[in-house]
Amino acid sequence: MPTQPINISIMYFASLSEQLGCREERITLPAQISLGELKQLLTDRGESWLALEDTNIRSALNQSFAKDQKIVADGDEVAFFPPVTGG
Amino acid sequence: MERTSVVIQEADFDVAKEYQALRCCQANKGLSSPGAIAIFTGLVREFLPTDRHQTLTLEHYPGMAEKVIQQYINDACDRWQVDAIRVIHRIGILRPGDQIVFVGVSSSHRHAAFSACQFVMDKLKSEAPFWKKENQTWVIAQERDRNAAERWDNEP
Repeated sequence: MPTQPINISIMYFASLSEQLGCREERITLPAQISLGELKQLLTDRGESWLALEDTNIRSALNQSFAKDQKIVADGDEVAFFPPVTGG
Repeated sequence: MERTSVVIQEADFDVAKEYQALRCCQANKGLSSPGAIAIFTGLVREFLPTDRHQTLTLEHYPGMAEKVIQQYINDACDRWQVDAIRVIHRIGILRPGDQIVFVGVSSSHRHAAFSACQFVMDKLKSEAPFWKKENQTWVIAQERDRNAAERWDNEP
């Protein structure tokens, strides 16, 4: 597994972005990690970030739905959002 | 007209114009006109009858929303014999009675047109990243919408 630092962007939508007070951020991590590990890292930021642990929250990697096991690599776009309600 | 298209826009749309575009879309079989067109239009419901200034705000994930809808359009084209599919979804601030979403399908036969139209709409509702906010309250996702989308996975 490569150990070079990675730069990623993370987007939050709808009620989740309001709860977190954040819509988009760019972060640097020491190495590639899984989506699940990234979520864990973010929830450690504080109480409001525990919202990410809600099982209803969906994750996307590079604009496709993704499971926690997926690996996040340099330049990737990650997104977290509540169940969709369009249409 | 392209065989399929997905447009996400703030502006309203003209159903008559969309219908004509579907009507004129040449089938790849060289026929001059499709035999059937199914159209679905979703409108904003009144959610607070006492509030004359109620607004519905629609947020989406740019890029992914188009991608997810296009994927289901492609699935519909694989599954049914359709000539063209056009989807329009509005975003931004809407009011009761406003048009939100348009799904139009042209085909040689009504069964394919009806089925593909309903399939795309059901999948869009449960999978495409859009979120509605009624005044200041985020709308909660409905179990029945998920069931409507999943039932297509169990049908031959």
